Amino acid sequence: MSEPAVPYAEALREFEPVIGLETHVELGTASKMFCGCDASFGAEPNTHTCPVCLGLPGALPVVNARAIESTVRIGLALHCDIASWCRFARKNYFYPDMPKNFQTSQYDEPLCTDGYLDVEVPVEGGTAETVRIPIERVHLEEDTGKSLHVGGATGRIHGASHSLVDYNRAGIPLVEIVTKPVAGTGARPAEVAKAYVTELRDVLRGLGVSDVRMEQGSLRCDVNVSLNPPGAPWGTRSETKNVNSLRSVERAVRSEVERQAARLRAGQRIVQETRHFHEDSGLSTSGRSKEEATDYRYFPEPDLVPVAPDPEWVAELRADLPEAPSVLRRRQIGSLGLSELDSAAMVNAGALDLVLATVAAGAPAAEARNWWLGPLAQAANAGGVEPADLPITPDQVARVVAIVAEGSLTPGLARQVVEGVLAGEGGPDQVIRARGLAVVSDEGVLAAAVDEALAASPDAADKVRSGKVAAVGALVGAVMKATRGQADATVVRRLLLERLGVSE
Amino acid sequence: MPEITREEVAHLARLSRLALEDAELDALAAQLDVILGAVAQISQVTEAADVPPTTHAVPLENVTRPDVVRPSLDRDTVLAAAPAAEDGRFRVPRILDAE
Repeated sequence: MSEPAVPYAEALREFEPVIGLETHVELGTASKMFCGCDASFGAEPNTHTCPVCLGLPGALPVVNARAIESTVRIGLALHCDIASWCRFARKNYFYPDMPKNFQTSQYDEPLCTDGYLDVEVPVEGGTAETVRIPIERVHLEEDTGKSLHVGGATGRIHGASHSLVDYNRAGIPLVEIVTKPVAGTGARPAEVAKAYVTELRDVLRGLGVSDVRMEQGSLRCDVNVSLNPPGAPWGTRSETKNVNSLRSVERAVRSEVERQAARLRAGQRIVQETRHFHEDSGLSTSGRSKEEATDYRYFPEPDLVPVAPDPEWVAELRADLPEAPSVLRRRQIGSLGLSELDSAAMVNAGALDLVLATVAAGAPAAEARNWWLGPLAQAANAGGVEPADLPITPDQVARVVAIVAEGSLTPGLARQVVEGVLAGEGGPDQVIRARGLAVVSDEGVLAAAVDEALAASPDAADKVRSGKVAAVGALVGAVMKATRGQADATVVRRLLLERLGVSE
Repeated sequence: MPEITREEVAHLARLSRLALEDAELDALAAQLDVILGAVAQISQVTEAADVPPTTHAVPLENVTRPDVVRPSLDRDTVLAAAPAAEDGRFRVPRILDAE
C-alpha cells in the first residue's frame, strides 16, 4: 500500500511547496443551525432529529441567530471583511449522510472574506518566526450525519454490506474556514500547517464559539499540498481529508510532500484527487478522483431569506472581541518574567498554557517552567503525546511545587511523586502517602545516619573541622543516600556541623 | 435553437440518480426546453425593466430564531418512517458505488 517517498528535507530542497487548509468547526450552539434540535455531542443515535433536519416535506428552516453571530465574530477575529448582504445556497448531492439530498451552505456569497492569521512557527535554535496565513473565506453551513459501515472488516466503507446512519449531527452549525494558497513556506510547510491549525484552534477557543475538540470531530481539517520545481508554476494539488489531530496535520503534509516528490522525480504526474488520511500509519490513500469536476448545482436557498448584518452590530461585535491569543500570550509571558527564549520553548513544546495554569494554581513561574520543559516534556516525548495529554494536571504540578516549598519534599522526592502521578497512582498527596515519600526531619531518626556518615568518611570530617565548610556537602550527600533521598537536607547539614563543632 | 440538449438532460438525470430511458430523455428535453423558454421570456421583461433577480418573493432580511433547544421527534416515530432501521439508526444500502 505504501508508495515511494523522498525524505521530507530532501524533497523540499528539490521542490517548492504550496499548501492550503480547509478547516471545519462545529459551533458550540445549544440548538442546530436551522431547527431547535439539541446540538450536543454523544446522545443516543437519532434522538436529536425533527422534520427540518430530516428534510421532511413541507418543513421550513429558520436561521439560528447565535450561529450568525459566532461566524461574524470568527471572521472579525481573522481580520476578514464582513458581507453587508449574503445568502445561503443549496449544495445538491445524493449521499445518505444528508437526508435532504442537499446541504445548506454558502457558495459565492460567504459571510466573511479576505482576512489573515499570523502564526508563530518554530525555527532552529528554539525561537519562532511569524508567518502570515491569508484567509480566503469563512462561511456558514450545516454538518452532515454520521455513517457506520456494517459488514466490512473494520467499519470501513470498503467491503461493507450496508450502512447505518445517525442524523443527530446533521444540521449542527458548521463553519468552514478556507486559506488562500500559502506559498513560500520553504523547508517547513508541515510545521507551518500545524502552527496555523494550533493558532486557529486557540482563536476559536478564545472566542468561545466551539469546544474545538479534534478527537470528537468538532474541529476537522482538509490539507491541500502541491509541489513545483523552483520558479515553475504551482503544481497539481491533492486534498487529504480526515486529518483529525494537530500532530496529524503535520504528518499529513509531510507524507504528501514525500509522496509527490517521488512521483515528480520519476517523471510521473500528480493526480488531482481526494486522499484519505490514516491515523495509524500517518499515510494517506487515494480516494475519489476530482478530474471529473463535481457538479453540485448550487443555487440560492429559496426557503431562507438573505442575511444582512447591520454594520453597527458588526462594529459592536468587533469592539467586544477578546484579546487575540498571540497578544494574550505575549502579555502573559511578560507577566511571568521569563525570557524570550523560554517563551518560544514553551510555545514550541505546547506547554505555555500548562505553565500559565500551573502559575495560576500558585506555583512560581520558574518552577512551573522547569517542570513542564523538563521532566514533563521528557515524559511527553517518551510517550509520543502532547504535554497537555499527560495524565497530570497543572493543579497537581502546583501542589507538588507547594509541598517542596513547605519543606515536606526534596526535589528528588518531588520527581518520584510526579512519576507516581504519571503512572496513575493518584494525586500527589496520595502518591506521597502510598510510597511513603515524606521528608524525614526528625533529628532522632537522622542522628544515626549522621553518625554513620561521619564514621565512614573521617577525611571529609577532618576537612570540615579544619575550616573547609564546603566539604560538608559530601557528608550531606552520604546521609541523603542512606535515607534514600528522604532526609531534610537543611536539618542534616545543621546536625553535621553541630557534631563537628563548626559554626557558619 | 433549443435551450437544453439531450446530453444535458442525461447528465442532470445521472446527478439526480434518475434512471431514464432514451425515449424519456427526448421527451423531457423537449418539455424542459419549453420551460426554459418561458423563463427566458421573463428574463427579457425584467432586464428591460431593470428588475434585479430575486430568490425570494417576500422582501425580508435577517429572519432568525434564538438559540433555544426545542423538543425533537420521538425516535421510534422517526424510524417508523424509514424504509429500514437497525440499532436505532437508518439502514441504507451500501454506498461505495456512489463514491
